[in-house]
Amino acid sequence: MDVIWQGVKEGFFLILSLDQELVSITVLSLQVSLTALFIAAFLGIPVGAALALKKIPGKKMILNIIYTFMGLPPVLAGLLVYLFLSSRGPLGEYQLLFTPTAMIIAQFLLALPIVAGLSARAVMTQRQEVYDTAVTLGATRRQAVWAIIRESRLGIIAAITTALGRVMAEVGAVMMVGGNIKGKTRVMTTSIVLETRMGNDSTAIAIGIILLSISFLITFFIIALEKRSFKDDSSIHIV
Amino acid sequence: MKKNRFIWLVALVMSLFLLTACGQAADQDEQNTLLKLATTTSTEDSGLLDVLLPEFTADTGFEVDVIAVGTGQAIVLGENGDVDVILVHARAAEDAFVAGGHGVDRKDVMYNDFLIIGPANDPAGIKGETNVITALQKIAQTESVFVSRGDNSGTHIMEQNLWNEVGIEPQGEWYREVGQGMGETFRMADEMVAYTLIDRATYLFNRDNYTLEPAAEGDERLFNPYGVIAVNPDKYDHVNYDGAVAFIEWLVYDKAQKMIEVYGVDELGQALFVPNAE
Repeated sequence: MDVIWQGVKEGFFLILSLDQELVSITVLSLQVSLTALFIAAFLGIPVGAALALKKIPGKKMILNIIYTFMGLPPVLAGLLVYLFLSSRGPLGEYQLLFTPTAMIIAQFLLALPIVAGLSARAVMTQRQEVYDTAVTLGATRRQAVWAIIRESRLGIIAAITTALGRVMAEVGAVMMVGGNIKGKTRVMTTSIVLETRMGNDSTAIAIGIILLSISFLITFFIIALEKRSFKDDSSIHIV
Repeated sequence: MKKNRFIWLVALVMSLFLLTACGQAADQDEQNTLLKLATTTSTEDSGLLDVLLPEFTADTGFEVDVIAVGTGQAIVLGENGDVDVILVHARAAEDAFVAGGHGVDRKDVMYNDFLIIGPANDPAGIKGETNVITALQKIAQTESVFVSRGDNSGTHIMEQNLWNEVGIEPQGEWYREVGQGMGETFRMADEMVAYTLIDRATYLFNRDNYTLEPAAEGDERLFNPYGVIAVNPDKYDHVNYDGAVAFIEWLVYDKAQKMIEVYGVDELGQALFVPNAE
């Protein structure tokens, strides 16, 4: 228990002292994870919506594969990216291994199935009425589809926050393709592994607290946006 | 009706889980024949334990669970009483562990040695150098890329001591601290076409997969002694002290020492460790 307590205390000291190394680790973590998430959302939401709304041959199979890849082990994703970027691999000439770019690619692979799969689910739960109403109100086909996606935004936001949680907490892939190089590719999760291995349990907990606090703030921000866009009329009142 | 069947299915699956969990709980009774050993990843990676431990179990009846971590963490596991015995290579830290009352019965077991490996074109010009201090000096002067474990492991501590002796605090773009195990560090050094300090066992086991070659070796400063220490039973009465003592005594006697002496000769052409128990 002492260790946990001390970790909490040390965590607050570390945050207050704005330790230079810790700041750069935190910034890099955010850069990598948010970039990966942004690209995954940019591609994943349209893919998910298309899978839900369009008639595509083999759709069930594609969805099944996407749902399976939602459980892709990070180390495996890391290994695949490593083999491609390694100097002996097909993309070796670009010298991307052990750079933040490599880490973004790996985390993108982890986030994409989650965003696409959960977005597809969210869009699928919309009813025919939404489309019909939009069309009756004079919407074009395109506008009606957009209306369905807009109505699914709660589920899509859930998809994005889930993917964010996945990439922020992930350590296996970034360790493998980033290499945990001090001052270059070391992020919060790889620091936690390193500090634990060195027996600095309280420092590891301190970094963990910072990681969770940042995740909390980002989620808080997303939910605030969501609230604003729904006003209050969508919440269910039980009487 | 359909719903009912589903519930039964869930109940069945859950009871299966519970049964296996009970099975694990029952194993707790066998705890006095179970010995928990914390050791370093480099020991585990060398494969030596795979040869020694089955013999130890056959001779004494103790089963060994190996927890392979960094030296720092191995020592903390011992301090917290989470393991029964530790086998590590960091003399100063080992002495502090014993002096702090955490461990007893420390014995020398064996030593291995380290070497500096690097790219075949040898940008620092250190191939064949037997003085490791000169070799490191040249690496720093030419700013050739050097990968450091950077994880406070026994290997990292040795490297830091060597830099101290050189009188340089290595930093800059050429000096990369990766904070990972020896196997991963070797892999990364190879990808970066860099120099690194490596233990002979890990080097010999992996050399066919990579292109780096021995650059500087043979300096006495690169010898790396291993010690085995029992966790102090006065501090934690749940530790398996009998098992720890049996393990220590078994390791330092002729049979194990002979096995250590020949380990690696058949497979790799050289012995990996030199036994040195008294």
